[in-house]
Amino acid sequence: MKQELIIAGFGGQGVLSMGKILAYSGLIEGKEVTWMPAYGPEQRGGTANVTVIVSDEPISSPILSSYDTAIILNQPSMEKFEDKVKPGGTLIYDGYGINNPPTRKDINVYRIDAMDVAAEMNLIKIFNMIILGGYLKLHPIVEIDSVLKALKKTLPERHHHLIPQNEEAIRKGMELVK
Amino acid sequence: MADQEITLMKGNEAIAHAAIRCGCDGYFGYPITPQSEVLETLAEQKPWETTGMVVLQAESEVSSINMVYGGAGCGKKVMTSSSSPGVSLMQEGMSYLAGAELPCLVVNVSRGGPGLGTIQPSQADYFQSCKGGGHGDYRLIVLAPSSVQEMADFVDLSFELAFKYRNPAMILSDGVIGQMMEKVVLPPFKPRRTEEQIKKEAPWAALGRDKNRKPNIITSLELDPSVMEDINIRLQKKYAQIQENEVRYEEYMLEDADYAIVAFGSAARIAKKAIELARGEGIKVGLLRPITLWPFPIKQVAALKDKVKGILSLEINAGQMVEDIRLAVECKIPVAHYGRLGGIIPAPDEVVDALKKMM
Repeated sequence: MKQELIIAGFGGQGVLSMGKILAYSGLIEGKEVTWMPAYGPEQRGGTANVTVIVSDEPISSPILSSYDTAIILNQPSMEKFEDKVKPGGTLIYDGYGINNPPTRKDINVYRIDAMDVAAEMNLIKIFNMIILGGYLKLHPIVEIDSVLKALKKTLPERHHHLIPQNEEAIRKGMELVK
Repeated sequence: MADQEITLMKGNEAIAHAAIRCGCDGYFGYPITPQSEVLETLAEQKPWETTGMVVLQAESEVSSINMVYGGAGCGKKVMTSSSSPGVSLMQEGMSYLAGAELPCLVVNVSRGGPGLGTIQPSQADYFQSCKGGGHGDYRLIVLAPSSVQEMADFVDLSFELAFKYRNPAMILSDGVIGQMMEKVVLPPFKPRRTEEQIKKEAPWAALGRDKNRKPNIITSLELDPSVMEDINIRLQKKYAQIQENEVRYEEYMLEDADYAIVAFGSAARIAKKAIELARGEGIKVGLLRPITLWPFPIKQVAALKDKVKGILSLEINAGQMVEDIRLAVECKIPVAHYGRLGGIIPAPDEVVDALKKMM
């Protein structure tokens, strides 16, 4: 089993941390993982993306030309990465902020309106966890339990009381994917 | 943290943890992207409270390297880290360290140049690291990690080699290996050496003189050219010994290969993926990865000329190591180069295309 994915959006949306939690969850399950950010002069609102690979086998390149899954959270990223999903692969996007939805017919496209749902739930800050939940429903590469352990490991202790909310968001994301 | 715990961290963070664990006495550095996490992690870990290791943010890279000179002159395990423009500033100091035969570790998490360039990954500092950079006939021992695990492992190895040969060692990494997170098992803790141990292992060190020994003088200055020539001849003998004894490399799927990619560091990772793709199309290709860039694995590269039809040198630069490869195979087989410049990283499929073009 191997998943090569790109998560891309605006800085501040939790793109890098979503990738980090996924990588940690893989680590907890004893899998091979890489997390490679496209770093730049980062700022809130700038574009950010991270390549995450979770695999049962040793991983060669942390940098890829095509992906099993693309999680796309803004229009510039859609333009950059829609073409780079492998045929038969998965593209997940949030309707919020995407003006031109994907047009490819040879991939599986899922829209998750996580931003809207997060606003309704008053959980704007963890909208990325709704997206992650949706992804894990489609590609259960790690157990939810491992994700919760990963959250405990990556979040500073003062934020540990937010873990149940994160779990709620993940489960909500799983429900949203049809 | 348990010694054998598997953890997830960036290459830069691994350098910092490994430094503390291998008994490093001092780190002197100045922040620069993409290596700032080295200094940041050391500041977070506060090793001065545990092992007694000094961590100091100097006012510039020039200061950092000269603080390293001072510490190394006392036989201490000292290091600095920076990225390309910062390492350029250190070149005078590195020539002095090599001239005074002082062991130390310099880490370069390189980025795109020339000049201030970009902050994205690049391997364009191969020439600077392996062919001088500073003035004079000197060599650095240059190790090129291609994983976060090797970032951690090569810190101790660099110090070991630096002290064995009384020579500065360099870890030449780049923004990919520095910034990516991977699984790593950190090396076990080694205590810092006591002054007594240093006096025994590094009797040349300027660590305070006992009554019955002559003063130890640490210098690269010698105004008498005939003496200076002798010093140079001795240095060259030492370099020849390093070339003979310390070559390190990895071979990957070369057994049945018709073509070889030679690549180091992050490019070697991309090469492995390209090999996976190319073999999927029936192209038999393997990888030779120099782990020591200097000493360069001359014999191993030379042996490829009887084994494969052609070599692709994959470097994230305009073609630097390719010169050493051509020299090693004496241009007896075609050697092509593929690279991207200025902070752009070649994708695995581009490498496959370059390979096909060479065939």
